[in-house]
Amino acid sequence: MSVTRPVAVPGQVPLGTRVAKRLTGGALYIIVLVVGVIWLIPTLGLFISSFRKASDITGSGWWTVFTHPAQLTFKDYTDVFSNKGIIQSLWNTVLITVPATALVVLLGSLAAYAFAWIDFRGRDWLFVVVVGLMVVPIQVALLPVAALYRNLHIFGSIVGVVLFHVGFGLPFAIYLLRNFFAAIPRELLEATRMEGGSEWTIFRKVIVPLGLPAIASLAIFQFLWVWNDLLVALVFSNAKTQPLTVALQSNMRQFGSNIDILAPGAFLSLSVPLVVFFAFQRYFVQGLMAGSVKG
Amino acid sequence: MDDSLSAPSAAGDPPAAGPPSPIAHPLAGPSGPSGPSGPHPLAGHGRSPLRIPVRVRAGFLIPAAVILLGIIIWPAVDSIWLSLHNHDGSKWVGLHNYKTLFSDQATLKALKNNVIWVVCAPTIACALGLMFALLSEKIRWSTAFKAVIFMPMAISFLAAGVIFELVYQQDPNQGVANAVAVGIHDTFAPSSKYPGAHPRTDTAKPAAAGSFTSVKTYTAGSVVQLPLVGIQAAKLPGKAAQAAAPSAAPAPDQIEGTVWLDIIYGGGGTPNHIDTGKKGMPGISVKAIDTATGKSAGSASAHNDGTFTIKGLKPGAGYALEIPASNFAQPYRGIQWLGPSLVTPAIIASYLWIWAGFAMVLIAAGLASIPRELQEAARVDGANERQIFRRITVPLLAPVLLVVLVTQIINVLKVFDLVYVIAPGSTLPDANVLAVHMWSVSFGGGQDQGLGSAIGVFLYILVLPAMYFNIRRLRTEKKEGR
Repeated sequence: MSVTRPVAVPGQVPLGTRVAKRLTGGALYIIVLVVGVIWLIPTLGLFISSFRKASDITGSGWWTVFTHPAQLTFKDYTDVFSNKGIIQSLWNTVLITVPATALVVLLGSLAAYAFAWIDFRGRDWLFVVVVGLMVVPIQVALLPVAALYRNLHIFGSIVGVVLFHVGFGLPFAIYLLRNFFAAIPRELLEATRMEGGSEWTIFRKVIVPLGLPAIASLAIFQFLWVWNDLLVALVFSNAKTQPLTVALQSNMRQFGSNIDILAPGAFLSLSVPLVVFFAFQRYFVQGLMAGSVKG
Repeated sequence: MDDSLSAPSAAGDPPAAGPPSPIAHPLAGPSGPSGPSGPHPLAGHGRSPLRIPVRVRAGFLIPAAVILLGIIIWPAVDSIWLSLHNHDGSKWVGLHNYKTLFSDQATLKALKNNVIWVVCAPTIACALGLMFALLSEKIRWSTAFKAVIFMPMAISFLAAGVIFELVYQQDPNQGVANAVAVGIHDTFAPSSKYPGAHPRTDTAKPAAAGSFTSVKTYTAGSVVQLPLVGIQAAKLPGKAAQAAAPSAAPAPDQIEGTVWLDIIYGGGGTPNHIDTGKKGMPGISVKAIDTATGKSAGSASAHNDGTFTIKGLKPGAGYALEIPASNFAQPYRGIQWLGPSLVTPAIIASYLWIWAGFAMVLIAAGLASIPRELQEAARVDGANERQIFRRITVPLLAPVLLVVLVTQIINVLKVFDLVYVIAPGSTLPDANVLAVHMWSVSFGGGQDQGLGSAIGVFLYILVLPAMYFNIRRLRTEKKEGR
């Protein structure tokens, strides 16, 4: 993650070196090791538990596999993969996440381009509104949108869940992309315009390719947010359209007896974001950093 | 700040210009626009003299505008209207729902928990983030360390909930938190070896607090038999050996005896008799109580064959034998993490597990961007490391810490998933927070639109300062940018 350090002046002594100078090397490494282990153990516990039979999980700690490796089994996973409800909900998660991410990226970039490069009356004022919308808690919209969806007959449908995610993803998307798009050199846009390109051509040929890093950051965050969401789906989906998080949540109240579904299910649910996180770590952290910390 | 810094010179450049932390995105709650000296979002960009037809502009803006109006703006206004009506919106009740908000016990409890969350979680997350950021600057494999700390950010709250439900399992044989708690407890206060064991009533009677006292009185120099029952032979420690009778003639200042499990594995044997197959109970402690004074005169613990010798008694004096409760106490079962009193701190701990990485990454970047010259200059002037940290580093880091803190406060106000997922049904009322309560009264059985909306609006009011803060900063930056 060193790439994310905004101002890396070569040859400087890291501050921590001096702050931690009094800690001898050994003690420092022990502290770091202990912290790292504390942070890893909870996930490790879930991971190992997902490879144990329910009777083993409720009978003994997951750490006993280190002395009894024979406990390890794929049975929970084969059970989960043959569980129609869980597979349906996993599929629903994909059906919700992909369009919700694609739509936010598309509509967000279009609007961000307008805010950055098209002059219209009230533009600055509208942008202030968009910034204001970023902090609106979703709780304030749940009930009215639920009523709206009932009237439109999309309550409980995937369309409804997607639309809600798009709505609450847009203010941030517009904000992030507008600031990035606005920094694209004007000459590039003018050149395309001179050649007779329409606004749509400029958007496609100049803005999107140059804005790709910001678009990637946005897509990753929107993807993670929607994939990991529980509350929105809890309210707006039904038994047929619920995503994995809601399906698993309904098993939480009988934690002990459902652990053989919960452990592999939860690991399944977190494995996709984890892959995305490690594959696109750079964009993930860049998006996180972007502008929020500049010293 | 110069806009050129945020201009991408190539497609691969990072988006240097400033959104708030994207984590702070709708649900999580944005921290506000750019950082302390971010870009100027309204600075004079895009002023190209374009004559673009209205319908083209509309094509770019209208899809987003329609969705924003339908999903956020109109519902937010409608919520205010709903909050002034009764449960199904049929009757105007004025501010009644807001009065309920501040008088109903369940709601007040949720409000109180929200206060605990807001006070504790953001500050501890910041402190941990600062500590980890400082640590990671020192070590060689900081990338791996940061990835480990940061990884939980990618995980859903539901998965985190399952993870911590496992961690907090009550049974120390399942939950790692209690396994550690019991391990530490037993290191300093070893648990008893024979929980549930007891003597037959004809040899000893129950005394205070779970201990047992012999029925008969023994004089020093005599022999005692203490048969116990009440536990399975299989539960005896492996070192327990065939029980042996005490020596026939103890010294005049000693009492000798045997403590054994008066059961043969598989059945058989005579009660109160040391038969073959009955085993001693090693480690059981026995006290001799002077019947004249009532005070303890000595004690001993049993060998592998169950024999013990209490020495240093007064020849001829009478003693009652006591088997202290510590031999039979139930083992320490760990901490009730998800019980009524600890459930909120336990869930806050899981929150910190997720968000400390966020604070760490932002603070590490802030540390890296502090100009070294300032610190070098201070050092030349004779400042020591602590002074430099307090007078230079912390003040320069303050804007970053503020951003982290504000982001976390907004986050914490809206915390839903973790509480909803981790708290067991029995202690959910003790762990309740406003966002969860809003869900319960609106959708989870309460079906009270009025109170639900009032809670939603109240949450909205709580984050309004952040909105004002964001917009004001936007305006300031715009002014400076021109």
